[in-house]
Amino acid sequence: MSYRLGVDVGGTFTDLLLINEKTGTMWTAKVPSTPEDSSIGVFNGINKVCKNARVEPSKITSVMHGTTVATNTILTGTGAKVGLITTKGYRQVLQIARSFVPGGLGGWVIYNKSDPLAPLSLTIEADERISARGEVLSKLKVGQLAKDIKELSNKGVEAITVSLINSFANDKHEKQIRSVIRKKKLLPKIPVSLSSEVVPEMQEYERTITTVANSYVRPKVAEYVKNLQKGLKRRMKDVKLRILRSDGGLASAKASSDSPVNLLMSGPAGGVSGAIWIAKQAGFENLMTFDMGGTSTDVSLVKNGVAEQTRETSVGDVTVRASSVDVRTVGAGGGSIAHVPELTGALRVGPQSAGAAPGPASYDKGGTEPTVTDANVVLGYIPAEYVALGGDKDWKIRKDLAEESIKPVAKALGLSVKQTAAGIVDIVNENMYGALRLVSVEKGYDPRDFALIGFGGAGPLHANALGKLTSSWPVIIPPGPGVLCAYGDVSTNIQDESSMSFIRRFSHTNKKEVVKIFEDLAKKASKTLDAEGVSKSKRTTSYQVDLRYLGQGLTINVDFELSELKKKGLDAIGDKFDELHEQLFTFSLDEEKELVNLRAVVKDQALSLKAPSVKKGGPKPSKDSVIDDDAKVFMDGKNQKATIYDRSKLKFGNVIKGPAIVMEMDSTTVILSKHRGKVDKFGNILITPQG
Amino acid sequence: MPAKIVQKNNKKFKRVKLDPITLDVIENSMFSARWEMDAVLFRTAMSPGIREQGDEFPMIANLDGKMVVGQFGSFIHGFKEAFDGTIEEGDMFLTNDPYSCNGAVSHANDWLLLRPIFKDGRLIAYAAMFGHMTDVGGKVPGSLPTDATQIFEEGVRVPPTKIYKNDELQEEILNIILHNCRLPIWNKSDFNAIVASIRTAEKRVIEMANRFGDDIFYSALEDLLDRNKKAMGKLIMNTVPTEKQYFEDYICDDGLEMGPYRIKCAMWREGKKVIFDFEGTDPQSISSVNFFLNEEMFKMFCGVYMIMVFDPAIMFNDGFYDLMEVKIPEGTLLKPNYPAALSCRTHALGRIFDVLGGLLGQGAPEFLCGAGFSDSPHLMYSGYDKNGEWYQLYMIGFGGVPGKPMGDGPDGHSLWPSFTNVPNEFLESYFPLVIEEYYTVPDSGGAGYNRGGNALCTTYKFLEPGEVSIHDDRWLTYPWGVNGGLPGERSTKTLVRKNGDTELLQSKCDRIAVEEGDKLYHVTWGGGGCGDPFTREPERVQFDVDAGLVTREGAKENYGVVLRKDLSINKGATVKLRAEKSKARGKVKLFDKGFSSIKELKARCKDETGLEAPSDPKFQKWMTAS
Repeated sequence: MSYRLGVDVGGTFTDLLLINEKTGTMWTAKVPSTPEDSSIGVFNGINKVCKNARVEPSKITSVMHGTTVATNTILTGTGAKVGLITTKGYRQVLQIARSFVPGGLGGWVIYNKSDPLAPLSLTIEADERISARGEVLSKLKVGQLAKDIKELSNKGVEAITVSLINSFANDKHEKQIRSVIRKKKLLPKIPVSLSSEVVPEMQEYERTITTVANSYVRPKVAEYVKNLQKGLKRRMKDVKLRILRSDGGLASAKASSDSPVNLLMSGPAGGVSGAIWIAKQAGFENLMTFDMGGTSTDVSLVKNGVAEQTRETSVGDVTVRASSVDVRTVGAGGGSIAHVPELTGALRVGPQSAGAAPGPASYDKGGTEPTVTDANVVLGYIPAEYVALGGDKDWKIRKDLAEESIKPVAKALGLSVKQTAAGIVDIVNENMYGALRLVSVEKGYDPRDFALIGFGGAGPLHANALGKLTSSWPVIIPPGPGVLCAYGDVSTNIQDESSMSFIRRFSHTNKKEVVKIFEDLAKKASKTLDAEGVSKSKRTTSYQVDLRYLGQGLTINVDFELSELKKKGLDAIGDKFDELHEQLFTFSLDEEKELVNLRAVVKDQALSLKAPSVKKGGPKPSKDSVIDDDAKVFMDGKNQKATIYDRSKLKFGNVIKGPAIVMEMDSTTVILSKHRGKVDKFGNILITPQG
Repeated sequence: MPAKIVQKNNKKFKRVKLDPITLDVIENSMFSARWEMDAVLFRTAMSPGIREQGDEFPMIANLDGKMVVGQFGSFIHGFKEAFDGTIEEGDMFLTNDPYSCNGAVSHANDWLLLRPIFKDGRLIAYAAMFGHMTDVGGKVPGSLPTDATQIFEEGVRVPPTKIYKNDELQEEILNIILHNCRLPIWNKSDFNAIVASIRTAEKRVIEMANRFGDDIFYSALEDLLDRNKKAMGKLIMNTVPTEKQYFEDYICDDGLEMGPYRIKCAMWREGKKVIFDFEGTDPQSISSVNFFLNEEMFKMFCGVYMIMVFDPAIMFNDGFYDLMEVKIPEGTLLKPNYPAALSCRTHALGRIFDVLGGLLGQGAPEFLCGAGFSDSPHLMYSGYDKNGEWYQLYMIGFGGVPGKPMGDGPDGHSLWPSFTNVPNEFLESYFPLVIEEYYTVPDSGGAGYNRGGNALCTTYKFLEPGEVSIHDDRWLTYPWGVNGGLPGERSTKTLVRKNGDTELLQSKCDRIAVEEGDKLYHVTWGGGGCGDPFTREPERVQFDVDAGLVTREGAKENYGVVLRKDLSINKGATVKLRAEKSKARGKVKLFDKGFSSIKELKARCKDETGLEAPSDPKFQKWMTAS
């Protein structure tokens, strides 16, 4: 009998999901997270879930884990002291960056640029030069470089990045430098990241920042993974630890430690994978995910069961080139603060957030400023009298404090406290609607063709309202928003990709040459799966190419079958590109096309998992599921009567008429008036307009 | 004759009272639509100026043509005044002629498309977008000839033209225009991209009107304009004094070795209204450095600036226009008479922002920033490569951002919104050149409590024979410092031939022949410093020295910070040196322009820059109107 375990470490809770691989039986557990060392919470959770399931930990053969360690390292600025080696003349590549100053006209007046991830004082130059076509223009001179590296080692660097100009076309000098670092015993043990290995693509700044970010988070991530693995091995002998990558695939512990830059979106990717999995069970493969937390909201679009991908990942003000699920984040969440600037008298929500500390005013933890959560409390959407925060019975929500916090804003607007609270919710919804448009209408998708799935601490509170804005029905509220990420972790598969820049116009490109490159890339990407012992018969390989019209700047990623390319030649991908261009931008051009990046992605088959089902009932929810049938909410600009339900007692087939509030341990769902929620076989609430 | 609006449905919109929340929701939606316009354009345009560098300006305006969202302000009023024809459903206008749209665009490279948005037969809003085309024909590749004396030398001129009628593209007209450009495929693609972006805005506007109701949407735009007027009204009352403030600055030369040209502006408040008067600005130039400045656009510049400096929380739009009056005398550098050449207006455009900063800051010195808008230094390189293919590079460079009360100016960054540099690997892949160095020059940013950003040095090695054009400024005058901050360094351009011969190039020059192996050292300007450099924390100076952004000598000389060999701070020596230097300097100056008079500046020009001082500009009588 073997078991696999999914672990998701969130800001407040660590969720675990244990699965019997043969029978599919599942057990879940929820324990408080331990931010100072999140592996402690993980081990607490393992003890708890194994106890629940009466399973010996040693029976667990694989642990799948989504982590925010890499992200937090960047956000908190606690990464390694990174030394950077550039080509002579390019020492300031990160200082100059893309010369971009955010904000509109005059934005520079209030812009203070943050210091580079690799400080200039730890950046040295290598005397060498390679051309854009990969020819060596000037050989690497080792003498001075070795001295400078010695100097870096004296300054106590903890990781080294080598990023030379045009190394995407020829990696010879980068490799040479690594062997200099190793052989000359300059820094024999230090982790070295080469830009030609991390992201062998054109654009010196992007390649450098990506590789530096990799070095920056590497020691932290490696240490975390090592500790986790050590602890796991102590409990379970032959366990395989796998980490969820930003692109939604799983990577081995070693691959994760070597290329942690691919983990920056590991957390959100888990949520998206979980959402895809549960929505699929409910019969929906086209959906927008809406994951609203305390300080920010992540949204993404899933088409035919596959999340849209992007080649850029942003964390804070660092943007790197790494594949990830195309998750757009807006700085709007339950903790976003409402305010009215004196000069305009307009109502603004965010970007400031009360975060976890001091938190919303109603949490009575020292916060006094009005947050979105406080607005929800005032409106009755978070029924203060029934909520025990985090299952802590002694910690009550204070509605009076919520009202108090909103009063000044209401006064500035000349509205009642309830009207103001409704306004705060409307504004924050509008901000999130903007994010949903970015992933849908802006990419040529009609949101009405998609369902909307809401999760995260605050997602179920706002999802119905967003469904109204986007006309995306049904709105799906899955059971247990925290454990959803853990579902995502266990339901994904191992994958790896390999890519390279290959910039050439169609008319100068030989089909055979490209096919050969793709086959080599597939082989390279397969190595990870070989090492993990994934059998060849279970693998699928997909191919992608970034294309553009000759002269265009940005590229479009086109998926295609290698057999098509072999049969029809480049036109097979060219036609797809024209179609996509038309879809995205309303026109295509009769111009020559150009290849930019080639990529192969190899995946293991996913484990097929079935969601647990809930008991069947009639359309009318049972009496014992009603917590309060005379609750007061403020909705559509007036006081209304609403029913409050206990989610754990709802049955398959129950229909809940809005206005209604559905409560469970770590989230609250709002069903608006003129809407109804139907409970499906798996306990999802599917909200649609009434009538 | 002003334009006539033809509607099938003449029912007037009703101004209804809105609750503040709906208003804020619509404002957010309008902003989303405006950002979406950018996104669509960036992804499809071909001119690197637009797509890599962001030289484009979207706008959505109300039915009177007042900008509700956007960044350069509305020109629709001027356009309507100048256009003798109808505005109908299904129209889309194209123009690039500054003289026929009151300077809405200020040179022929900027193609402006304007779309009246109709809903149910009624005009409900406008969407517009303009972008900088790499080439529009004319006498030089890139269409920015410094030595042009008439606009006819600057490429194809398109008066306001219905390029779409009844939503049908007037292909023959477009073909005539494209036929006159060196890279017609780029222009066509950019044109398409602008159209796509405008159509996106149109879709969003109609969606919003459907969602909220036409009258509510209409009223919301009015309210948003009013809200801004109210906020700006308070801001003006708080920050603009009633006594006249003056400020003047210069563009160094006209590309014909004459200069500098003075831009002078006075500002004062009368009641609720602020008045700007450019009396005293030099007459128009015989070369192409004239800048046809649209008064409404200038109001926008001021508004945005005031908002950024004093209260960035205000969302800006055209609502406050009635609170400003702008007087620009005709026949001057800023309002030249037809057919003066206009293509190289970037220098004066940049300087307008320095002038504005200087003007506004006098009333509230604690908000004053240094100078840094040289212009957008252009580099053009074109020719035929070994395979006989035409290559043509046009790109915009950057310098040092000024020091400002909030902190240091970034090194080698853009002062223009959303502009970015072009990756050097991209340039090396597509153009016959190698970029050997790309760094910011230590000590080039003006010293200050907050330091000006450093100038950018780019060393180009050319791999094919071709021609190079450069347009830059601030080689003679300095980006000034404020409140004790020192001026930034001036720009230089040096050509080193393959055989080692060195030629100092003029800041503005066209069609310089280069050969394989020649190198160009293209150095921009440093930003002016802000605040007393002797008060800058020694640790921040030390940090910059350690980073190589300030030299050890620069730290001592400009900041009075003495560092030991290991870069540790010699505290005693620093205190002493600072006291001495501070005493020798005396009281800090509000502005440090780096010279006492133009005469004095010219006298040391040759020694300091290696270039002859420009002669005084010759103004032609016929050009200055009565």
